[in-house]
Amino acid sequence: MSMIIKFIVASIASGTPILFGTLGEICHEKVGHLNLGVEGIMSIGAVAGFMVGYRTDSFVLALIAAFIGGALASLLYALLTVTFMANQNVTGLTLTIFGVGLANFIGYYALQHSENGTLKLPENITAQMRNVSIPGLSNIPVLGELLFSYTPFVYIGIITALLLGYYYKRTKTGLNVRAIGENPAAADAAGIKVTKCKYLNICLGGGICGIGGAYTIMIINKGVWISDCVGGLGWIAVALVIFATWSPVKAILGSFVFGALRQIRYYMPNSIGISTAIYDMLPYAITLLVLVVTSVRMVREKSQPAACGTNYFREDR
Amino acid sequence: MENVKQKSSREALLHIIKRQEMGKRQATALRFGALLLALIAGGVFILCMGHSPFGVYRTMVSGAFRSKMAVQATVRNMIPLLLTSLSVTLAFKMRFWNIGAEGQMIMGAVFASYFGLFHSDWPHAVLIPVMLLAGIVGGGLFGLIPALFKTKFGTNETLFTLMLNYIALYLVVYLEDRPWRDPSSPGYAKFAIFGNNAKLSKVFGVQSGWIIALVMLVAVAVYMKYTKHGYEISVVGESEATARYAGMNVKKIVLRTMFLSGAVSGIAGMVQASGTTGTLSQGIANGVGFTAIIVAWLGRLNPVSIFIITFLFAVMEKGSSVVRSTFNLSEAFASVLQGIILFFVLGCEFFIRYRIVARKRGGKTEQ
Amino acid sequence: MTAQKENNVAIECRGITKRFGSVVANDKINLTVRKGEILALLGENGSGKTTLMNMLSGIYHPDEGSILVDGREVTINSPTDATKLGIGMIHQHFKLVEVFSAMENIVLGTRETLQKPKEMKARIEELSARFGLEIDPQEKIYNMSVSEKQTVEILKVLYRGAKILILDEPTAVLTPQETEKLFEILRRMKSEGNAVIIITHKLNEVLSISDRVTILRKGRSIETVVTSESDVHSLTELMVGRPVELSIDRPPVENRSEILKVVNLSIRKPDGALALNDVSFTINRGEILGIAGVAGSGQKELCEGLVGLLSVEKGAILYDKENIVGKTPAEIIDLGISMSFIPEDRLGMGLVAGMGMVENMLLKSYRSKKGPFVKTQPAREQAQRLIKRLEIVTPGVDTPVRMMSGGNVQKVLLGREIESSPNVLITAYPVRGLDINSSYTVYELLNEQKKKNVAVIYVGEDLDVLLELCDRIMVLCHGKITGIVDADKVTKDEIGLMMTGEQLQSESETEGEN
Repeated sequence: MSMIIKFIVASIASGTPILFGTLGEICHEKVGHLNLGVEGIMSIGAVAGFMVGYRTDSFVLALIAAFIGGALASLLYALLTVTFMANQNVTGLTLTIFGVGLANFIGYYALQHSENGTLKLPENITAQMRNVSIPGLSNIPVLGELLFSYTPFVYIGIITALLLGYYYKRTKTGLNVRAIGENPAAADAAGIKVTKCKYLNICLGGGICGIGGAYTIMIINKGVWISDCVGGLGWIAVALVIFATWSPVKAILGSFVFGALRQIRYYMPNSIGISTAIYDMLPYAITLLVLVVTSVRMVREKSQPAACGTNYFREDR
Repeated sequence: MENVKQKSSREALLHIIKRQEMGKRQATALRFGALLLALIAGGVFILCMGHSPFGVYRTMVSGAFRSKMAVQATVRNMIPLLLTSLSVTLAFKMRFWNIGAEGQMIMGAVFASYFGLFHSDWPHAVLIPVMLLAGIVGGGLFGLIPALFKTKFGTNETLFTLMLNYIALYLVVYLEDRPWRDPSSPGYAKFAIFGNNAKLSKVFGVQSGWIIALVMLVAVAVYMKYTKHGYEISVVGESEATARYAGMNVKKIVLRTMFLSGAVSGIAGMVQASGTTGTLSQGIANGVGFTAIIVAWLGRLNPVSIFIITFLFAVMEKGSSVVRSTFNLSEAFASVLQGIILFFVLGCEFFIRYRIVARKRGGKTEQ
Repeated sequence: MTAQKENNVAIECRGITKRFGSVVANDKINLTVRKGEILALLGENGSGKTTLMNMLSGIYHPDEGSILVDGREVTINSPTDATKLGIGMIHQHFKLVEVFSAMENIVLGTRETLQKPKEMKARIEELSARFGLEIDPQEKIYNMSVSEKQTVEILKVLYRGAKILILDEPTAVLTPQETEKLFEILRRMKSEGNAVIIITHKLNEVLSISDRVTILRKGRSIETVVTSESDVHSLTELMVGRPVELSIDRPPVENRSEILKVVNLSIRKPDGALALNDVSFTINRGEILGIAGVAGSGQKELCEGLVGLLSVEKGAILYDKENIVGKTPAEIIDLGISMSFIPEDRLGMGLVAGMGMVENMLLKSYRSKKGPFVKTQPAREQAQRLIKRLEIVTPGVDTPVRMMSGGNVQKVLLGREIESSPNVLITAYPVRGLDINSSYTVYELLNEQKKKNVAVIYVGEDLDVLLELCDRIMVLCHGKITGIVDADKVTKDEIGLMMTGEQLQSESETEGEN
């Protein structure tokens, strides 16, 4: 029993950075921009969050920095794809290469200039990153552990997902945003400020990705700087967008599933003897399956926003 | 006509309009301008890090050529990048977004490695062609899968090929962990090294893969420019309806081209395994398949330009490892610089296709 | 011509100029629309109608000139500005979000979006009732027919309280009944005091719906006339700029003999709907067979089915008792039939827009040479030959064809097809979008082919042209043949009736008037 609870708790935690990346990517794709740069944006968020945390000793400032770092990286993407109408795939991939490179470069530089050859977040922050403990609630058996034993990131992630879900489904701006992703010309003709809306959502998405990046360095690597800290989670996040069929709320569930796939190896008896590579492969294989199934069934509401991948120029006819 | 009145200045100041075709020379000049600006931007970045940009750039270039060994390493870096860039070029020309060169390269390496690991007793003259063929088949089949789904169900190929990259990667991890694990190696799982018969011999001190890469460069260039198949690829890329109208079998062309695209990446995998790393490994592709997309785009799908850009990128990669030892800056500087260059060039493409005009008061348009 | 100083002017354009690069699309255009009137904007393709209207709706910005709404000078920077001024445009290509419901599309971008769905629904229904529109607000756009989509577009504009409505070629996609219904709606809007601008090049519609007509030619506003004081001839003359001899040569058929016999042919569209239903007719050498019908009656599928681009559901195409359905192009050629097809979408189907003339010539011939390589030299010679023969204007044989004018593009396409010396030539709307001069070149080329004993199929939309050019006319309605008649023994009205689905009584006895 306690094994199962531990497994669930670990899965939820493990899915959280992916959830951030996925939510960020959903923000991009809802306005019609496929961004293959999530890995890079998360890396920039990670290095920004880490460096600010390292200097200021403040968890909140670190989070804000991660958000801003990610948002700035996405701003670059938006500038190139929205205003300059550059190819989205190529820009995104470049952002990944650039972002990962930049994070590693800055990290290496800081490492060379650190006193004892390691970079570690100060104790003050690490303390705040520990699991939130809510007096009374966290102590309830089973339930307390299942619901109230996580780092702040988990709660931020779930709340963000719910807010985004509400935003896209229920609000006026959300409807406008979805219209842009489906048919920017129609949105434009309806009087929606397409460019402004794209910029805002892309930057918002980048910011959310950035927080996911901060998670990788603060929680997964326990506040110690290492190169390639995001380690491919950004790509899994892109996969999860498909798995969640572009729904922020379903992404919560999806991130737990993907988290579980990342954790299950530690909870399987050795005698079963499945290679860890199989667990690593599963998220991608399942995503592939979802991709194929949705394209075969052609459920239009559950597909990628129709204008995704193409840029919009008003005077094109 | 009535007088044109002065208007309220609520108008947007800048406005984007489409250009008519820009001259080739002017466009090339603009692209070189962008490259220069990118290098300046990179220089400012170096300056912020407290180093001299000129020093770093000079070291980078001289580092790639400072010794015979350095030159050989630079060339070695070029081989897989050139091959995968050619591979994605074939697909991109058809407007098929093959983001999967990475995975196709890995699968080529896997197929080739089967013979390299388990049939290294075969004579060199037999084994190498077999491995090459296996690489072609492995990469080709892996390129064929997304094409099949695309033609059959319209499945999005960008996302499909992206997923396949990771499936290929973890397949290698699995093989290393289980069936192909080197039993003689204690501790960590790893692949055995290929027997000597399975290794590409060296020519001028570099693995002979460079010859294969050059042959492929010419072959792909000729294929795209002068053959019926190449013509078909261009037509399908421009308009599928026209291709069908002209009696082309679009599905067949897509499948064939994606097989070839995958196959060229597969060759890259085989060459890398047999020539450079000497066996299969998890890092066999190491992101080359992604960089290839940038190279192909920068080279505007022109094989000759791609060759030049591959060379530049290889110099940056090799040079930045020297920069690391000289200036104590991370090798990641190569990635940063490549990113900056592409950002600038992507930005400059905009100015080739569009013009920004400022509107003066009164509604008149001035350039 | 100049604006009358009346209080009831809804919108006025003064000296509007718009350039695209070196092309002057609109040259000092003047236009006045009054409240409670329907103004038709008439002009050939490329005369600048749509450009002008796009400026009124905020898509483009004029380089010079001013726009006045209710007598006040205004600046329209974006569609939002246009909406605020009460201008609503219904584009030729609908601007709707397919996965949204009608209601979501209607309220999109307005302040009320998604507040109290019941209230919004009520308001939409109230609006619909007022103007006689029928729509289910909950229905998704992708489940709708073309005319339903148009209804949504109209509601979108009305919902925003538009007082000035602009419709860009709204009838192109409608059946005659749907057109009449639309006109009824427009008349209601007019009676409520709204101003309506309708862009069209169909003269009979101009005459039936509008109060005044403003004619544009080559980007200039030529004249504004009162509809009741004008007729087809005077309008054409204004549109073209010179008296037009609207007669097309029809050489007599010399030796009409059957080349293909189509028997009980049925074809489905890719989406599964039956586009062509049990169609039988013959195609003869040395004659032009016209095909009339409302857009979307199965013309496209018929053409594509004949040349093997669409698979045939049922039926046969017989050549000398041999069925060519399912045969490869090579096998068909071996039988002695060479078919050429001029599709409706020239740059998207007949030609490769981004390639030059040389590579476009290759499209049909690249396969015929042996070996894996493409030979460009013959294609280059062919391109140069065509330029001379058809007087094609282009900077060079390698200039992308998308840079050429519509007339020249059509010459490239027709020229290439004719050079392959076909014995069946199928043309779909071959003069659509061409100016009158280029149109006449096309008619001449088709007649030339006819004299060479080629079987020509001419799918057209202008009944006058069909009646004058073709020898026989086949009328399609909802994928069925409603009549095959001799062109000199039938009237326009009779064809119009057949287009709406009425079978003609005793076809052979009909006496034509012209």
